[in-house]
Amino acid sequence: MTQPSQKLARWTPAHLFDGGPETFAFSPAYRAKAEAQMAKYPPGRQAAAVKALLDLAQRQMEEETGARWLPRAAMDHVAEMLALPRIRVYEVATFYTMFKTRPVGRFHLQVCTTTPCWLRGSDTVLAACRRAAGNVPDGEVSLDGMFSVEEVECLGACVNAPILWVGDEFYEDLDGEATERILEAFRRGERPGAGSVRRRQASAPEGWPDVEGAALTSLAKTDIE
Amino acid sequence: MLADRDRIFTNLYGQADWRLAGARARGDWDGTKALIEKGREWIVEEVKASGLRGRGGAGFPTGLKWSFMPKQVKDRPHYLVINADESEPGTCKDRDILRHEPHKLIEGALLASVAIGAHEAWIYIRGEFHAEYKRLQHAIDEAYEAGLIGKNACGTGYDFDLKVTRGAGAYICGEETALLESLEGKKGMPRLKPPFPAAVGLWGCPTTVNNVESIAVVPEILRRGASWFASIGRPKNTGTKIFCISGHVNRPCNVEEALGIPLRELIERYAGGVRGGWDNLLAVIPGGSSVPMLPKHICETVLMDFDSLREVNSGLGTAGVIVMDRSTDPIRAIARLSRFYKHESCGQCTPCREGTGWLWRVMERMVEGRAEIEEIDVLEEVTREIEGHTICALGDAAAWPVQGLIRHFRPLMEERIRAFKSRKGAVPLAAE
Repeated sequence: MTQPSQKLARWTPAHLFDGGPETFAFSPAYRAKAEAQMAKYPPGRQAAAVKALLDLAQRQMEEETGARWLPRAAMDHVAEMLALPRIRVYEVATFYTMFKTRPVGRFHLQVCTTTPCWLRGSDTVLAACRRAAGNVPDGEVSLDGMFSVEEVECLGACVNAPILWVGDEFYEDLDGEATERILEAFRRGERPGAGSVRRRQASAPEGWPDVEGAALTSLAKTDIE
Repeated sequence: MLADRDRIFTNLYGQADWRLAGARARGDWDGTKALIEKGREWIVEEVKASGLRGRGGAGFPTGLKWSFMPKQVKDRPHYLVINADESEPGTCKDRDILRHEPHKLIEGALLASVAIGAHEAWIYIRGEFHAEYKRLQHAIDEAYEAGLIGKNACGTGYDFDLKVTRGAGAYICGEETALLESLEGKKGMPRLKPPFPAAVGLWGCPTTVNNVESIAVVPEILRRGASWFASIGRPKNTGTKIFCISGHVNRPCNVEEALGIPLRELIERYAGGVRGGWDNLLAVIPGGSSVPMLPKHICETVLMDFDSLREVNSGLGTAGVIVMDRSTDPIRAIARLSRFYKHESCGQCTPCREGTGWLWRVMERMVEGRAEIEEIDVLEEVTREIEGHTICALGDAAAWPVQGLIRHFRPLMEERIRAFKSRKGAVPLAAE
């Protein structure tokens, strides 16, 4: 079905996608995981597991189709498992940005462009991602099915800005070139290691603990037995 | 400067083992049983005496919050809910606790639960933090296995369960009642208060919601004593705090320091100074995106604590320090924050749902200068109409950055409008 909303410059999750598989059911392995999630909550409170189940459904979609997204059939399946009216599941699926209600690429490139990342050059990261996706509008999948791009809001790793988030991984301390190297690796079918591309120690000042003045940043390695 | 012996988060950067063995070597889980046996009242009084104020942004005294819980557990169970939905732009401190110091959080969760009479606690971690979630869950499993939590936690006879639930991408779920709604499996829309969570919280039961950092410092406070914690920092602003220094500094980083450290010292000593030198500084947002920015002349002397920053019409918030040098367009920086709040508004209250979008659209015109000078006053007035007229504080948070911009950079905004006019002539005013 054609989507007039494809003209949207900025993709929004609030549009349910009418395409996608007709049916969806958890595989035995995913069903077991889903039941373990439901068991975490007190009796009668299983509805609380809805986000966990939707996440599992997206992960199963990724295993089966290569793209982590949430078709309507999967939402219906989750509603059935939790004995919830479908609308209760739809409203959750469209409220939270991690649920992708339209197909995404094999690598859904989520670039943080909120102010702390923008100050550190997220524009170049975003540009590199858009180029890799053949400059299709954000939210649409590149012709080869590899990439889709989305601007996302603060990912909570601001001292390692700018950040690119793909799958479950954060790529940190990026610039345009480093982003291109990561995207090339994706094309070759590799999954480069997550974290700082400049090999920083987590959120420590760059060069820690060896740079001048870093001793002042305390926590010299010798402090720790 | 904070001495190393006074640091709580000695594995902040993850240079040492984050697992149970490493945590124990750093002093975690030391004498927890004895602390629990001193009883609920003692824990609450000790935390009150330490002066600990909530580290999630509002700065409400943690011990006082705990004392609002019913004194006796009756028919409804009590819950502790830990807010690990860290998503305030500029803030990334809880991430380090979750991935590098998970046992401090778990031990704190046990002690805080004793203090409020809860036998079950939930950690709500933002969905984007997947690696952190895995680690935290691993650390919790270790604690269960070692008998530190679970039935007869630490051999005290107190039963305590700790579970983790993941968010799925919504800033608003950092608001405590939205977080409870979300935990219950609904859209994260804040609830009207009262009733407060201490009376009616998770699944209608008495609940306390605390930030990760507030909970993770509790074991050290109890072990070393309230007077030790209270001796750090400034009166009514006691203890240590993790600061996140991002933006235009030479070495962005997280660092634990005493509350009340001068902003300039924080930037120069730990983050390698402002890019291009101190004189290249334009402005700083001192406490995460929700607080108003400070121009350089205030940054020279201001101290980083709740009350000092309030005196200069800003706030400590989450202590996410966003530094902007003179190459920055401050109007664009704030317009991007307006877009953030427009995206994150849950849509429940009209002033926020409509107002955040309106602010963003007008701010985008202000970036270009495609506006009338009088519209700056209209913009200011609309922020006042949003502020305080919504169920939760997201409306306020959307209003304050814009107010800060107008307060300190109005001449720049006017200049931009005049420049646009001289280039393109007068603009017909569009209805927004």
